[in-house]
Amino acid sequence: MDKNPILRIATKILFAPIILFGLYVQFHGDFGPGGGFQAGVIVASAFILYAIVFGLEKGKELFPLNINLFLLALGGILYGGVGIVSMLLGDEFLSYNVLGSSKQAGQHIGILLVEFGVGLTVSNVMIALFYAFVDFKSSNGETK
Amino acid sequence: MIDIIIKNLPILVVLTPLMMSLIVVLISNNFLSWLLTLFTTLITFIFSLLLYQEVYLHTAISYALGNWVPPLGIEYLIDKVSIIPIIIIALISFLATFFASKIMPAEINNSSISKVYSLWLLAIAGLIGLVTTGDAFNLFVFLEISSLASVALVAMGGQKDKQALVAAYNYLILGAIGATFYVIGVGLLYGITGTLNLADLSNRIAEISDNKALIAGFGFMVIGIMLKAAVFPLHIWLPRAYAYAPSAVSVLLAATATKASLYILARILFSVFDISDNLVTYTLQYIILPLSILAMFAGTIMAIYEKDIKRLLAHSSIAQIGYITLAFAIGTKASVAAGFIHLFNHALIKGALFMAITSMGFYINKRITINNLSGLGRAMPITFVCFVICSLSLAGIPLTAGFISKLYIIKASISADGIWIAFLILASSALSVVYLWKMIEALWFHESPKVLNIKEKPEIYIALLMITFLNIYFGLDASIVVNSSFEAANQLLGVQK
Repeated sequence: MDKNPILRIATKILFAPIILFGLYVQFHGDFGPGGGFQAGVIVASAFILYAIVFGLEKGKELFPLNINLFLLALGGILYGGVGIVSMLLGDEFLSYNVLGSSKQAGQHIGILLVEFGVGLTVSNVMIALFYAFVDFKSSNGETK
Repeated sequence: MIDIIIKNLPILVVLTPLMMSLIVVLISNNFLSWLLTLFTTLITFIFSLLLYQEVYLHTAISYALGNWVPPLGIEYLIDKVSIIPIIIIALISFLATFFASKIMPAEINNSSISKVYSLWLLAIAGLIGLVTTGDAFNLFVFLEISSLASVALVAMGGQKDKQALVAAYNYLILGAIGATFYVIGVGLLYGITGTLNLADLSNRIAEISDNKALIAGFGFMVIGIMLKAAVFPLHIWLPRAYAYAPSAVSVLLAATATKASLYILARILFSVFDISDNLVTYTLQYIILPLSILAMFAGTIMAIYEKDIKRLLAHSSIAQIGYITLAFAIGTKASVAAGFIHLFNHALIKGALFMAITSMGFYINKRITINNLSGLGRAMPITFVCFVICSLSLAGIPLTAGFISKLYIIKASISADGIWIAFLILASSALSVVYLWKMIEALWFHESPKVLNIKEKPEIYIALLMITFLNIYFGLDASIVVNSSFEAANQLLGVQK
């Protein structure tokens, strides 16, 4: 598909706005519809689109598997980390109140970080699933 | 620091394996990932022991997640009932991880070991979470976490034997059906009562009488959990899944997975619903009791005719689950306590038997069928002695843990006017000796076809020795298990009986 100029150029034009829209949905989630799950899928769709149009090899060059795995775990660790910090500050697990100077500020910081963790994990799970399914044949051939 | 740990213990038992699974997946060194897994399970076990101490100081610990007060927020509830499965899971997962050190690399590709340990911890976190949570929907989430992680673990056996993939697929589909049934039930109950907190649910259900949706919700929940717990006619996913999973995974799952679901079953029957309610009484008397008796015999008879040893043990698990549900079904305090005693002891017995058999499979590097066992007992005496002790424990010979649980189940059934039940239990125990003897005979009395030169490795038999020791220890001094189980039954059944 990378021979087709329309697809190629359209992908290159769309790539950045998709991620930007993803980030908008991510941070808008504090005040209205949106949040980590939706944003994660939108961000992932940019990378998946790139890999569909330019091929899996190029896609993995842009977003290597080990970074994918690292970010996937990092999102979860970030989520749990917020909970652990709030426990260390003397409150219950995932109690955001103690995170900021006031309760409101704490809630704001807490939900922001947690949603960011969710977004990170969801987008990377999406990409990992895509890689796993597209790569299915080649990884099946090399069993030990 | 200690204060913080003590205060947050209910979440820490779940959180430690959950968080560490995310860290373990990033470690590329196989030995290091195993060491970290072992360390995590050890810490989890220590936390569970601390929790035991705390529970007996305060009778029950309610932990509000995110400081949202229950019943609105998610509540983690540890009482004298839920502490038993928590300890079982934490203890077995530590021993199984210890056991896995050499067994795992023999069956899993080098590149995927750290991922397997990550799934391993995830499954443990899911199972402990299942037991700690006091929220019906949170329970469903943990049900999914644990079963999806176990399905992936079973599927890892596909690197050695493609049958594992079929087994994992069966497990996935039936597990999903079970979870769906459960969540439909929760949905119906939520529709009637408007709450998801189990304690609150139980209060509100008590106020409602004769509501069809309530009966439907109860039915869906109980059937869903029975499917997860592999209660007799819903057991078909179990033998294959346990037989084709990687050896270490078989040990972990056989000893823990169904135990958590059985606990949930008890919780729903006795705590969310009320035993004095006709709905529960009829279910116990006309559904669970006959099915348990069928399970006791069907499982044992299938085990007698089975040639593949891992499958044989899995079939025997079905019979043992039958004993536990039978004890629950009798529904007196003594019998429910006996059920919990057997829950604990059976985890020790089945964990040990799977460990012994899979380490034999490791040495001969073949699938272990009854024919392959010939002469192995003489070649590996330590493993063989442990196997015999745990077989005796399974059959319920005095001085072993299995005897204590059989004793209490039989005592409870006699005092509940069920002499015939006691007789059936004895009959099925006697039948179980048939398949146990079949294995022991092959191991010790049959000549090996070729000269076996096996040197037993301490990394493998130390865990087996530990769990065998526990089998004997809890056979000699069962007071801790018996007392905690009676406390649990008292708390579950309350004051009615």
